[in-house]
Amino acid sequence: MAHFEKPAEGSWTEHYPELGTGPVSYDDSITPEFYESEREAIFRKTWLNVGRVEQLPKVGSYFTKEIDAAGASIVVVRSAKDEIRSFYNICRHRGNKLVWNDYPDREVSGFCRQFTCKYHAWRYALDGECVFVQQESEFFDFDKKDWGLAPIRTEVWEGFIFVNFDPDTETSLHDYMGSIGKGIEGYPFHKLTQVHRYRAEIGANWKLFIDAFAEFYHAPILHGGQYEPEERAKMGDVGYEAIQYAFDGPHASISSWGVIAPPKDPSMVKPIERKLRSGLFGPWDAPDLGMKELPPGVNPTRHRNWGIMSYVFFPNFMILIWKPNWVLTYHYWPTSHNTHVFEGTCYFAPPKNARERLAQELAVVSFKEYGLQDGNTLEATQKTLESNTPVKTFPLNDQEVVLRHLHHHARQYVAHHRAAGGQA
Amino acid sequence: MPNVLPPEFSDLEPFAAWAVHGEKARYEKRLASTMDELQEFYDAAFARIDEALAYLERFAVEDLSEEGKRLLWLYCALCTVAFPVEAWRQPRVPDSGPSSIDAVSEPLV
Ligand code: FES
Repeated sequence: MAHFEKPAEGSWTEHYPELGTGPVSYDDSITPEFYESEREAIFRKTWLNVGRVEQLPKVGSYFTKEIDAAGASIVVVRSAKDEIRSFYNICRHRGNKLVWNDYPDREVSGFCRQFTCKYHAWRYALDGECVFVQQESEFFDFDKKDWGLAPIRTEVWEGFIFVNFDPDTETSLHDYMGSIGKGIEGYPFHKLTQVHRYRAEIGANWKLFIDAFAEFYHAPILHGGQYEPEERAKMGDVGYEAIQYAFDGPHASISSWGVIAPPKDPSMVKPIERKLRSGLFGPWDAPDLGMKELPPGVNPTRHRNWGIMSYVFFPNFMILIWKPNWVLTYHYWPTSHNTHVFEGTCYFAPPKNARERLAQELAVVSFKEYGLQDGNTLEATQKTLESNTPVKTFPLNDQEVVLRHLHHHARQYVAHHRAAGGQA
Repeated sequence: MPNVLPPEFSDLEPFAAWAVHGEKARYEKRLASTMDELQEFYDAAFARIDEALAYLERFAVEDLSEEGKRLLWLYCALCTVAFPVEAWRQPRVPDSGPSSIDAVSEPLV
């Protein structure tokens, strides 16, 4: 019944022997203790994507990011030297939060020439240097040059801005992204500037929500109601198989089948999709992005029925590249062991006319309908996993190999951290 | 009340309240509506969809008149109500409980 060839070992999972094939425990997803270790071992040690360069269009453009998992608020800015820099969002004088409006816990963005503290008006240049101190002569043994903003390591990969809270990290972002990242380099992300951003507070562990987006085994069942009944029955019979799974270090990619944009037979899809020529897989009429060829890591087997690539960049960043030339990203920002903030962002080529804008809208709202089903299902999962039950381990099938891999690496990071004497 | 849509879509004026900016506002209106109301709007807007698409295809988004923008948003709202009408048979996504996913930034038009 296999439609796509698996590795010689007979399964994707066995191709990576360190993953094992036994049932998996989710005790990495249900306790405050494990989450505290993850904060130290993962979120303060790895490269985290915080946005894209297009969010900082000119010198002085900035945005803030609340990263609870790393215990930090940060400000990301385009400096006078036209570099992307990040700093802890804290005034060096007496610790006031430096950049915020009205509500200190909300993220903000904007443009400025300098950062000015709301408290006593110390000022910082865009490169973090302290350039003005009110009544400077009242301070003792004082040189304001010593009191610049605390920087955070910041690097850019393919227009995606990453930070790393570990000042001692020896791994560059480029190396961290590994062969999975390398395989996408050159994709024209910078041409996809029509952006829709979504945010949700989810009552589930961050890894459980990645799990939901890292397997499609659930799609014909949980999301079956979105299809015309006949198509739904067909999908139920066939189930789901990926064309290819690939892993490098903690990162993963999934290449999936998908001939639904446009569908082979229009009666497969809902009436609005037929009219707008769009749906969950995106507008059917792909914009020309000037690509001669897809990068090697996008549809790696060059399968003619390829439809979508999903990349999981450890720990909490996913990129989805859809055949009709648009991109979706997911971020999962933990706020406790059983809550996180989910961000879903759709990137399209600017629409050439208002009809194309409408086709994009249908893709965006379709993403939201699916996400709502996944989100609520996962809140129930979290509660039952935390409940007093004898059910402790769970079998994962070969199409769930990315989940197995994600939890494996989260545990590995924590185990190494604890072995090295990490406190949390 | 003066018309808000292009004159050739005056038959859709009774549904002008759907022609609002922002997916969040359109989604809230969907949740606040009965299935009968959603069906009525869907039927009326779907009946004119070919003409609407032909109209929208003639304009770059930034060149739309105020009426043209309203027409675009009205059909964005049709996308929002298409799920309840064509698939769910209820205003909320099935089994979605209290969860919500909110638009935090969108194109200006
Ligand atoms: S705390 Fe910022 S200037 Fe005093």
